[in-house]
Amino acid sequence: MAAIMDNVEEIRNRVILGEFGVKNVHTTDFPGNYPGYDDTWDMEKFQKNFRIDVVHLDENSMEFDMVGIDAAIANAFRRILLAEVPTMAIEKVFMYNNTSIVQDEVLAHRLGLIPIKADPRLFEYRNTGEETSEEEGSEIDTIQMQLKIKCSINPRASKDSSDPRELYLNHMVYSRDIKWVPIGNQADVFADSSIGPVHEDILIAQLRPGQELDIIMHCVKGTGKDHAKFSPVATASYRLLPEITLLELVEGEKAKRLKCCFSRGVIDLEEIHGRKVAKVVNSRLDTCSREVLRHDDLKNLVKIGRVRDHFIFTVESTGILAPDVLVTEAVKVLMRKCQRFLSELDSTGME
Amino acid sequence: MAAEGEKKPVLEMVQADGADEGCVTFVLHEEDHTLGNSLRYMIMKSVDVNFCGYTITHPSESKINFRIQTRGGVAATEPLRRGLNELNDVCQHVLNTFQGRVNEFKEREEPPME
Repeated sequence: MAAIMDNVEEIRNRVILGEFGVKNVHTTDFPGNYPGYDDTWDMEKFQKNFRIDVVHLDENSMEFDMVGIDAAIANAFRRILLAEVPTMAIEKVFMYNNTSIVQDEVLAHRLGLIPIKADPRLFEYRNTGEETSEEEGSEIDTIQMQLKIKCSINPRASKDSSDPRELYLNHMVYSRDIKWVPIGNQADVFADSSIGPVHEDILIAQLRPGQELDIIMHCVKGTGKDHAKFSPVATASYRLLPEITLLELVEGEKAKRLKCCFSRGVIDLEEIHGRKVAKVVNSRLDTCSREVLRHDDLKNLVKIGRVRDHFIFTVESTGILAPDVLVTEAVKVLMRKCQRFLSELDSTGME
Repeated sequence: MAAEGEKKPVLEMVQADGADEGCVTFVLHEEDHTLGNSLRYMIMKSVDVNFCGYTITHPSESKINFRIQTRGGVAATEPLRRGLNELNDVCQHVLNTFQGRVNEFKEREEPPME
């Protein structure tokens, strides 16, 4: 009986990586599925079991563990981070002059992908739909930028030089050449937060003497589901915590081979009575490569699984917002979705 | 049931002829797997619910058909409302926990100036 209960617990809480496939992939802890379990939603139980541990945090990336939540909700956070947390990006490009060899449309695309450091929470979405104010943006929804640069011959270059860096002036156009042109009261409102490209050394185009660029750009607020340039993350992903269990004592040559089957640091060899015995020290480091399943004499000695409700999140920001701010914004986006439908239910009186 | 012609609809209710109020397909506009799957999970956690599932009608349409069938004559709006509320509360708890832990982490990394 105890064995059956253990088995049920495993089906509920672990994803098993078997030789011929992955077992227990789906969430099954719904009411009515398991006799003897009360699987109805219990907020107190959730709050007791839920845990977040921050592993790493700097200005551009973070790693944290989110434990005790279902994949459906963890995945919603991940999806929102990628596609629904808004940022500001160049959306409209007005080209007054472009005599470089980069075509207008290619140049406009390149400009669009440059991350713009501006807090999107301080701006509104620009009205789509009616194209009444096609070119006009206001101070609450638009940031204006200018790129005006002309390449010329460097008069101080030495005669026999063949290095373009010495021969020409302004022949490399970088993102630092994009200048912010405040609209309305923006200069006062954003006085202490410098608006402009996040990175100053993104190469936009190369010019030769006589070629010039004269461009005005409008940045608007948008989300990643409209265009990837609005995505606030370089990547946001999660993986389940690996769990490696040795089913039998493994020693000697087998232990050495077993150690090599996993990522470095997962399995260590311990001296017990003069014999080398394998021991799992940190299964978190494993990539779950399945290498061990290629060894016929080893594959039945270990069980590789993943903990169903332990998510190791990695969030890498593009530098516009700090990664911890991005996660809090993502959670707020999901809450706003819920509230949107709750208020709709109340207002239409669908009872 | 759709909102007035000018405003975009947010939520619609579709019922088969003669079906009771426990078997309803809700059309959630401008939504996808993000809300669909997490809401489905919350609603399936309820004992009143016999079936809950959703489909994306077509890749180029941004709406989902969200089906709820209940037991024991409960109106389908009940578990929908409860699911949305519970999902909102879950998010609130995640948000509070996350902010608390991030602040702890930041304090540990750089102790406040004396």
